[in-house]
Amino acid sequence: MPDTAVNDTLLKTPLDALHVRLGAKMVPFAGYSMPVQYPLGVLKEHLHTRVAAGLFDVSHMGQADLVGEGVDAALEELVPGDIQSLKAGRIRYTQLLNADGGIIDDLMAARPVDGAADRLHLVVNAACKDKDYAAIEAHLKDRVRIERKDDRALLALQGPKAAEVLARFDPDSAAMAFMSLRPAAVDGTEVVVSRCGYTGEDGYEISVLADAAEAVAERLLSEPEVEAIGLGARDSLRLESGLCLYGHDIDDTTSPVEADLTWSIGKRRRLEGGFPGDARVLKELNEGPVRKRVGIKPLGRAPAREGVEIETPDGIHVGVVTSGGFGPTADGPVAMGYVETAHAAPGTRLHLIVRGKALEAEVVQLPFVPQRYYRGST
Amino acid sequence: MTDLRYTKEHEWIRVDGDTATVGITEYAQSQLGDIVFVEVPDPGKDVTKGGEAAVVESVKAASEVYAPASGTVIEGNAALVDAPDTVNSDPAGDGWFFKMTLKDASELDGLMDQGAYDTYLKDLDA
Repeated sequence: MPDTAVNDTLLKTPLDALHVRLGAKMVPFAGYSMPVQYPLGVLKEHLHTRVAAGLFDVSHMGQADLVGEGVDAALEELVPGDIQSLKAGRIRYTQLLNADGGIIDDLMAARPVDGAADRLHLVVNAACKDKDYAAIEAHLKDRVRIERKDDRALLALQGPKAAEVLARFDPDSAAMAFMSLRPAAVDGTEVVVSRCGYTGEDGYEISVLADAAEAVAERLLSEPEVEAIGLGARDSLRLESGLCLYGHDIDDTTSPVEADLTWSIGKRRRLEGGFPGDARVLKELNEGPVRKRVGIKPLGRAPAREGVEIETPDGIHVGVVTSGGFGPTADGPVAMGYVETAHAAPGTRLHLIVRGKALEAEVVQLPFVPQRYYRGST
Repeated sequence: MTDLRYTKEHEWIRVDGDTATVGITEYAQSQLGDIVFVEVPDPGKDVTKGGEAAVVESVKAASEVYAPASGTVIEGNAALVDAPDTVNSDPAGDGWFFKMTLKDASELDGLMDQGAYDTYLKDLDA
């Protein structure tokens, strides 16, 4: 098939043979051959993840440890997140910034579960691995060392049934706090379980050595609630949940304030600065950014895709769509994009220029579908 | 008599006397996946062979539907606006996109018949 004939130069994840066996349609993504969908199809895969549990292969993501004395303070020289206050076994979302305050990549940083002061676990975007590691080395090479964990796969188990499913193998995973990690075992295989994800649902990411990954994936897929889910549904799930996709909703020109990621900038960091582009970021925090990432709800049925121009009802250009498509749970088109701050308030009416026609749309609060992260048993 | 022809872009056109009906093939709908939005042309619109005539969108992406021949649109399939998934379930029947009059019936000569299209699909899959 033309659509499954993926270039030989593409990297394969440790689950490649499993994807092919499951009938996935493989596409090139960030240098890897990845499953965009399985026979279930994007729409049903999306809906299944929202009501039960989906298993995603995210082994293309970059897993690495940063090692060195004072590694937390060192990383803070590159990110606006408060890394020093991270407790043992806790994960923080932050961004590598360039000198202009633009985003080189967004990433997860975690303190090891033993509280080691000289090590952080990182997960970065697949397409950004090399430039991220180069940026870290360029700034910190005398103080920290990067240990790439290219021998590990990463699985994501996401959805309202994820906790129930994983607890069958790893009972202690059920009580894990959101944004925490711990070593565990699934069917006798050593893994590292993180309670986080990219769907807006409760769920986990499971880091496992490459040669054990397929067995763990198959074990989870054999549970009745779990379906294999491809990148297509991963994208529509994260879009409905208002989560940024690097290279689209955030890039080296957008600051974390413009991207509405201010919540991820530590309080101490706002006072002290000390990260790349801090002058711009602190100014935007005080005075407001010129433009802002917002949710955009097309009022008709037509999706507005990335690149669609945004205008006022009077035809004045005020922004551009950075992610857009159809939201299966929202049951209609959903989008996000950047608009000038004067037009960023929820309820603002805007026009989207789709195939030459101005379509009615409204600025809305993100997310489109409420996030359902685990916040402790009640 | 009716005559069913196919384009390399996986549209079908069924000619019945002076008018023709246009849709996308089973292969096209299976490649697109779940169809969530369809835009059909208004009656009276002139279309050109190979030109954009309609839009079909899956969760993933938007695609153009090209006119297999030149002519004038008589009717767009309004039922697809509220039920775009009909294109997935019945691409060759209720999932038709538009009906048109033909400007020059000889334009159809360059299109594939069923046998040629089946061979074309086999080569694509090879």
